[in-house]
Amino acid sequence: MKELVLIIIGAALVNNVVLSQFLGLCPFLGVSKKLKTSLGMGAAVIFVITVSSFLAGIIFIGILVPLHISYLQTIVFILVIAALVQLVEMILKKYSRPLYSALGVYLPLITTNCAVLGVTLMNVQKEYNLLFSVVNGLGVSVGFTIALLIMAGIREKSEYNENIPVPFRGMPITMVSAGLMAIAFFGFSGLI
Amino acid sequence: MSVTGVIIAAAVVAGVGILIGFLLGAADLAFKVEVNEIELKVREALPGNNCGGCGYPGCDGLAAAIANGEAPAGACPVGGSVTAQIIAEITGQTADMVKNVAFVKCHGSNSVSSLKYEYHGNMNCKEAALVSGGGPKGCSFGCMGYGSCVSACEFDAIHVQDGLALVDREKCVACGKCIAECPKNLIEMVPYQAEHLVRCNSTSKGKDVKAVCSVGCIACKMCEKACAFDAVKVVNNLAHIDYDKCTNCGACAQKCPTKIIVIKK
Repeated sequence: MKELVLIIIGAALVNNVVLSQFLGLCPFLGVSKKLKTSLGMGAAVIFVITVSSFLAGIIFIGILVPLHISYLQTIVFILVIAALVQLVEMILKKYSRPLYSALGVYLPLITTNCAVLGVTLMNVQKEYNLLFSVVNGLGVSVGFTIALLIMAGIREKSEYNENIPVPFRGMPITMVSAGLMAIAFFGFSGLI
Repeated sequence: MSVTGVIIAAAVVAGVGILIGFLLGAADLAFKVEVNEIELKVREALPGNNCGGCGYPGCDGLAAAIANGEAPAGACPVGGSVTAQIIAEITGQTADMVKNVAFVKCHGSNSVSSLKYEYHGNMNCKEAALVSGGGPKGCSFGCMGYGSCVSACEFDAIHVQDGLALVDREKCVACGKCIAECPKNLIEMVPYQAEHLVRCNSTSKGKDVKAVCSVGCIACKMCEKACAFDAVKVVNNLAHIDYDKCTNCGACAQKCPTKIIVIKK
C-alpha cells in the first residue's frame, strides 16, 4: 500500500510528466487557455492513460511476453491508445457536445500525445505489474491534469493583464510561466 | 528471425486490431449521435477545401452553421453561385450572391516605378515591408512583388508579373487569404461585374506620386468630374469607385491622365 502511494506521488508531483519529463507539451500549451476546457481535457487524459495502462499491461503480460514478441510493444500500445481515444471522442460527442467542440483537434491528438505512450512504455521499462501500471498511469495523468489546471489558471489571469510588456503577451509569457512552474515543481524532488 | 515469428507478430497485431475494430464498432452503435440530415447534405455540397474563407472553421463548421440557419446559402466564397444554388435547394433558402474577385490596387510594375534601394533579404513581402522605408519600392503604398499573396493562394489565381501581383479573375474564388497576407493592404474584394477599377493605393500628394511612379493616382479629380453618376470620389488623394453606382460607362477611364482606372484586367 505504501508503495502505491509513493508511486502516485512520485508520478504526479516529483516526476511530473509535463514539468519534469517534458512529455505532452502540445496539449499543455494548446488546451490551457480556459480552466473549464482544461478540466475536460484533463479528465479525458486521465481516462485514456489509466485505461490504456491497464489494457497495455494486459496485452504486454498476457500476449507479447509469452509469444516473445515484446518488441512489438510500441505498435500495439499505439493501437490500443488510438482506439481508446476514439472511444472517448464518441462518448464526449454524445454526452458533452460543447466540450467536444471546445477541445477540437486536441481531442484526437491525445492519440499522439507522447505522455500517453510514454506512460505505457515506462510501465514496461520499470517492469511494473498490472496493479502498479494502473496506479502509475493514474498518477501520471493526475500530474498532467494538475499541471494543465495550474497553467490554465495562470493564463486566465495573465490574458488580460495590462502590466505585461506588449512583446511578452500571449505565448511568450506562457512559456516563461511554464518554465517557472517547472522550477517550482523541481522542489518536490525532496519528497521521496 | 524465422517465418513463424513474422506470422505470429502479424497475427497478434492483426488480431488486436480486429478485436479493437469490433469493440469500436459496437461502441459506435451504443453512442450513436443523431446528426442533422441537412447538415450532412450541405457538407457534401461544399467544395471541401477547408480553406476557411467563409470565416468558419472548415467546411464542417460552415455546414453546421448553414444547417442551423446562422449562415446564408451563399456563404461559401469558393463554391460560388453553383454551390449556393445546390445548398439553397437543400435548405429551401433563396440564393443570392454576388461573385467577387480579389483585386490588387497597384499598377506600378518594375518598369514604371522606381526603387529606393536594392533589397537582398528574404523574398517575402511581410519581411521586406519591415525594412526601413517600408520596403524597397519607391512608392511606400505599392506592390513589392515578392509574392506573399502568391504563396497564400490555394487556387493558383494570383501571379507576380514584372514585380507586380496580378489576379486571375477566372480562377479567383474570393476566399480572401491573399488579403490577409499583403502587408500593404493592397488587395480588396471587388464585384466580378465591376469593369472599371482604380489601380492605385497611394494617398500621397500628386507631386510625390509622380516622383516615384508614372502610373499612380495624382488626385487630379478628372474622373470625379467625368462621372455622370456620382460614382467616383477622390478621398484623401486617391480615387474611389462606388461599384453600386458605377454603370461601367468608362468615362473616368478615358479622362484619367495616368491611365490608372483600368478596364478589367
